[in-house]
Amino acid sequence: MEAWPRFTETFFKWSVIVHYCPAIANGVVVTVEIAVAVVITGILLGIVLAFVRAFRVLAINALIVVFVDMLRALPPLVLILLVYFGLPSVGIRLSSFAVLWLVLALVLAAFAEEIFWAGILSIPKGQWEAARSTGLGFLGTLAYVVLPQAIRLTVPPLTNRTIAITKNTALGTVIGVGEILNQATTAESFSGNATPLMMGAIAYVLLFLPVVALGRFLETRFAWRRV
Amino acid sequence: MNDRPPILEIRGLRKKFGDVEVLRGIDLAVLPQELVFVIGPSGSGKSTLLRCCNRLEEASAGSVRVDGADLMARSTNVNAMRRRIGMVFQSFNLYPHMTALGNVTLALCKVLGQPRAQADRIGMAALDRVGLADKSRSFPGELSGGQQQRVAIARALALEPKIMLFDEPTSALDPELVGSVLNVMRELKRGGMTMLVVSHEMRFARDAADRVIFMDHGVIVEQGRPQEIFSAPRETRTQAFIAELIR
Repeated sequence: MEAWPRFTETFFKWSVIVHYCPAIANGVVVTVEIAVAVVITGILLGIVLAFVRAFRVLAINALIVVFVDMLRALPPLVLILLVYFGLPSVGIRLSSFAVLWLVLALVLAAFAEEIFWAGILSIPKGQWEAARSTGLGFLGTLAYVVLPQAIRLTVPPLTNRTIAITKNTALGTVIGVGEILNQATTAESFSGNATPLMMGAIAYVLLFLPVVALGRFLETRFAWRRV
Repeated sequence: MNDRPPILEIRGLRKKFGDVEVLRGIDLAVLPQELVFVIGPSGSGKSTLLRCCNRLEEASAGSVRVDGADLMARSTNVNAMRRRIGMVFQSFNLYPHMTALGNVTLALCKVLGQPRAQADRIGMAALDRVGLADKSRSFPGELSGGQQQRVAIARALALEPKIMLFDEPTSALDPELVGSVLNVMRELKRGGMTMLVVSHEMRFARDAADRVIFMDHGVIVEQGRPQEIFSAPRETRTQAFIAELIR
């Protein structure tokens, strides 16, 4: 066979495309569901952890640092396998979807906490002093003066990290979450053809390219002149 | 000047940073409507003294009373006290993510719990007093240094403080912007505001201050009317400092 027909036959076989389109579409839906759930819960938890850390209670902060560093050090795949195959032995049964969500949300929370914390630390002491001198308490200062500024500073690094971690939804395939890659590999083995994998790759690009573009937009939108 | 009890009364104030004693027993009373000016070489403890007056810095010993209330007492609500003590910083410290009006009204809304409309009205009045009502919607980054410092003054003013503390309010400003800030301070003085000012603006001190205090190495070396301190200082340390300042 000629090289070009062989290439299209392998990666863009029309009959396979038509047959597995619904499956890949299902995968897209599942991937989006997990990604959205992970982003929302992960970032919220990250903010909460950074907020708690701002109180500088030694014991609690030590726990947060241990949690954050562990999750940043461990490959997410290891955690996914550990939780999915380990927890049932102690009587906790979670669906593969729940495990993937939980692990990725915790990993994102760990990175987000570090990013928010760096943001909080980067706010000049004078901002705290100015707010406190008007009678605003610690919480009010944190909530109205420091966090709004810190969050803006954190948008660029947080966007990059969020994209990196949501792409890890593909790891769900090893525990049978029906996301894009899982659907694609299943279809690949049924059809004996690599076309579904190419469909999966294209689906990822279509899905994440707008997110990357949105990240770029947010970076410029939030990069306001600091005084 | 008058017989009423002092607004600010400092007794035996000491402050240590580690082994270094920055304030070594300060006694000072500021009377109602008085403008007291504090000068002295850098490291003399002027700023620390000011910052102890609203507990941004915790004193190591001594007492500070504001409008009769003990600032250091356990039963004292420091946040409630602070809103009666306006503070203006060298570096303005405006909130960069809020408009000028937002900066002025934050404490009105979140500390005093005023409804938005009322806070905005008071905030606009405060901005008007510093001549910046037309800049209420501007963000700090869009304002000059002098305008930023005037917004910072309005922010303190809006809370109707009993006394205002100025920590080198013009030191970070370009020379041509200093005047606008000093004019606002003159207006405040005319309006009867009690003020404690750390600054090197001698001309301003001469025509606006009721009393000038010279500090060095954590103690008050000498104090008196501006003419006395600037023209005929008694202490050699004061003489040396004034000579340096004038040169």
